[in-house]
Amino acid sequence: MNNVEKVLLTDSQIDDAILSKTLANIMGRQVDFADLYFQSSQHESWMLEDGIVKEGSYNIERGVGVRAISGEKTGFAYSDDISPLALQQAADAAKGIADVGQGGQVQAFTRQSPIQIYQAVEPLGSLSQEKKIELLHHVEAHARQVDSRVSQVIVSLSGVYEKVLVAASDGTYATDIRPLVRLNCSVLVEENGKRERASAGGGARTDYSYFFEVVENKARYLTYAEEAVRQALVNLVAIDAPAGTFPVVLGAGWPGVLLHEAVGHGLEGDFNRKGSSTFSGKVGQKVCSELCTIVDDGTIANRRGSLSIDDEGTAGQYNVLIEKGILKGYMQDKHNASLMGVKPTGNGRRESYAHLPMPRMTNTYMLAGESDPKDIIKSVKKGIYAPNFAGGQVDITSGKFVFTSSEAYLIENGEITTPVKGATLIGSGPEAMRNVSMVGNDLKLDAGVGVCGKDGQSVPVGVGQPTLKIDEMTIGGTQ
Amino acid sequence: MTTKNKATDPLLDQLEEVKGRVAKALELAKSLGADGAEVAMSRQQGLSVGTRLGEVENVEFTNDGALGITVYQQGRKGSASTADLSEKALAQTIEAAVNIAKYTSVDDCSGLADKELLAMQAQDLDLYHPKAIDTEQAIEIAKVCEQSALDSDSRIGNSDGASLDCFTGFKVYGNSHGQLVGYPSSRHSLSCVVIAGSGDEMQRDYAYDVNRDFSLLDSGITIGKQAASEAISRLNPHKLSTQKVPVLFRSDIANTIWGHFIAAISGGNLYRKSSFLLDALGTDVFPNFVSIQERPHIAKALASSAFDSEGVVTQDRDIINQGALQTYLLTSYSARKLGLTTTGHAGGIHNWLVKDSNIATKGSKAADFDAMLKTLGTGLLVTELMGQGVNVVNGDYSRGAAGFWVENGEIAYPVSEITIAGNLAKMFKGIIAVGSDFDKHGSICTGSILIDEMQVAGQ
Repeated sequence: MNNVEKVLLTDSQIDDAILSKTLANIMGRQVDFADLYFQSSQHESWMLEDGIVKEGSYNIERGVGVRAISGEKTGFAYSDDISPLALQQAADAAKGIADVGQGGQVQAFTRQSPIQIYQAVEPLGSLSQEKKIELLHHVEAHARQVDSRVSQVIVSLSGVYEKVLVAASDGTYATDIRPLVRLNCSVLVEENGKRERASAGGGARTDYSYFFEVVENKARYLTYAEEAVRQALVNLVAIDAPAGTFPVVLGAGWPGVLLHEAVGHGLEGDFNRKGSSTFSGKVGQKVCSELCTIVDDGTIANRRGSLSIDDEGTAGQYNVLIEKGILKGYMQDKHNASLMGVKPTGNGRRESYAHLPMPRMTNTYMLAGESDPKDIIKSVKKGIYAPNFAGGQVDITSGKFVFTSSEAYLIENGEITTPVKGATLIGSGPEAMRNVSMVGNDLKLDAGVGVCGKDGQSVPVGVGQPTLKIDEMTIGGTQ
Repeated sequence: MTTKNKATDPLLDQLEEVKGRVAKALELAKSLGADGAEVAMSRQQGLSVGTRLGEVENVEFTNDGALGITVYQQGRKGSASTADLSEKALAQTIEAAVNIAKYTSVDDCSGLADKELLAMQAQDLDLYHPKAIDTEQAIEIAKVCEQSALDSDSRIGNSDGASLDCFTGFKVYGNSHGQLVGYPSSRHSLSCVVIAGSGDEMQRDYAYDVNRDFSLLDSGITIGKQAASEAISRLNPHKLSTQKVPVLFRSDIANTIWGHFIAAISGGNLYRKSSFLLDALGTDVFPNFVSIQERPHIAKALASSAFDSEGVVTQDRDIINQGALQTYLLTSYSARKLGLTTTGHAGGIHNWLVKDSNIATKGSKAADFDAMLKTLGTGLLVTELMGQGVNVVNGDYSRGAAGFWVENGEIAYPVSEITIAGNLAKMFKGIIAVGSDFDKHGSICTGSILIDEMQVAGQ
């Protein structure tokens, strides 16, 4: 018995026999599949502002979600009390979706030992409270030291320690321990009455030692402070962005938000089963420029979006979504995979035990191409270079998507020139991806800050891409 | 409040029981050395059903509880929360909060709201209207709603379904000033999302209604028809050329404009000097025909509350009077940082009514949706906004948009894949009229907003 089983089951007087009995109770109706998802999480956050540690908080959550699937129907109930009685009540409620009759058989549990994509570390205790406070102060001091125009600094640190256990009627039995840490620095810079704010940060599925690792000859947490100040100062001198259609060069790394919005959501299995995505029914067809190979990869060590197992117990996988422009397949959870006659892809995710799983992205990125990023810039006579974004949104049915730059520059005659203010870029997913005309050799993943929202559920994700050029996009500036 | 006998409603019994637990939690915090503490506890239960293409898709039973505690110890603050409401977890949570307060800094501005501002009684605002409904009935209502959309036009080729949610719950708030208040509430909503067209030309849209009182919800047939007509109206959109034009924000998205205004006058952004409306109190922010009133105590209204999330009593306020800013939106903390008094806005605003005084002279017919289109003349009607391109620090605004091109007061054709951009300070001053076509789905009751000029980017 591992520690997860002890905390989630044994301590609440639940054993294998009760799990099997609960699943058998649900399958006593015309149910095709049932699963139980146990979860406990501890979450802490600390916030420094005006040079003092203003807030600290600690959150504990614990519960079980019970799901019954009959054809396309799903019954779902959950409880914040993990006990044999609560489990039975949730099961009785969830199975109500299905008609009276006999469902499938409950398979004997197979205890899985998937490859650990991240270590089972406990982040909250990995650093003393004193050291956490010191870290916040160090980030602040560094930001102020970098430039005297920094007038305010907000630093936040958070850590999550989550344990999950999935038991399902198909014999799935899997546990996972998921650490997640995040550090963020936000600054306000002021000059001649003009103010700009910017923030930078990062994180990973590991403990707080991540922030002290040396990158580019300095501790990682210092780079966050420097990056926030750098971006804010760029925006202080930014001129109004142009309005209209221009060639756009997106920087490597976080601008991979493009792929998440323009392609990723549209390739989630639920939308494609229902035929509501602009990519529905297009497997095998050319949907992007042949320069584009896009993957969703839950297997990168310690990454924010990575999963040793997804929330249905399927091992995290490396899935090629688009290969040289051709659509290869969708991201699936068990329910949609079974209805579409394909295999689950390790993308069944849920915000918590109190939410239903859905097909979701993990780390979505484009593989490197062959162009030198310098040549990509050189190829543009008049356009925009956008190395940083604030976020994006997509309408998967019409394919229209937006993303908003937080750092951008004009490209004039093949050179990056004046910074321009943040602006929203809009395009149609398939069209924008067909217009990708150059792909850099500099693939980079984001710093570990992504949060994806779908149907009111938030999950941590990663994105990445090399520098790339889209021949035509609409830039929402004012000039 | 409700015709139901209180003694037989388990939710109301539970509310009383939770009050006891909150009082106990406060005592425990005190015994652990906190010199001040506040506890908020909420519970929500309900049923959500979803149908799609005439079949049941989801049946979800909601049953959530959460407790949050904040303790103060000689000017230092610690918070903790839990969704696990067992005795053991509660004790751990309080200990965690007290422990955290050992490490945070002394902050002169932190602490409970001042005692004389607190609501010692929870005024009954008629927010609790439980609906006895079983799964089958709920499914039937959602099915009728979706079917009405599917039947209304052959171009509705697909659906993302209809859903009905019925929730009841309560909130209890207590603090070491001796305040202990709570109230039950309900929320019911019916929504429908359908897809018009097929293949490479599909458009999705939705319609919904939400009410504290189930019997006041729009009928499923109405909602279904509206969803269908919205989706169909968007088919075969054009892109516009890049140009400067007047823009009409339809009433159902006009609240986003007021939302940016709310962010700009919120204490947190003001004391951080992160607003384009610093020092705007008493000055003209809008044209003089615009007034905004806050009415927190409207019976059954969605954003009604007798007290804010710090227990401060809410009251009627003028936010904008003849274009001029009358108040910031403050919490105890932001008020102390600014040397002011809290306005009871911890947790957000409470029912805003946006008024255009010209309507009184012209009559509301003169400012209904059709009249607003006429006033727009030729320009852009925006019905959907995408993305987050709003910078509250300097007011820069750039968002993705979809809607309709309007010529001579008539809708000409749908448009999409465009952006609209400007600066909020200038957009606020550039309001030409606010309609009488009030949208009542949220916390802000507003008509459509017509703005003199914005930059549209397209092809």
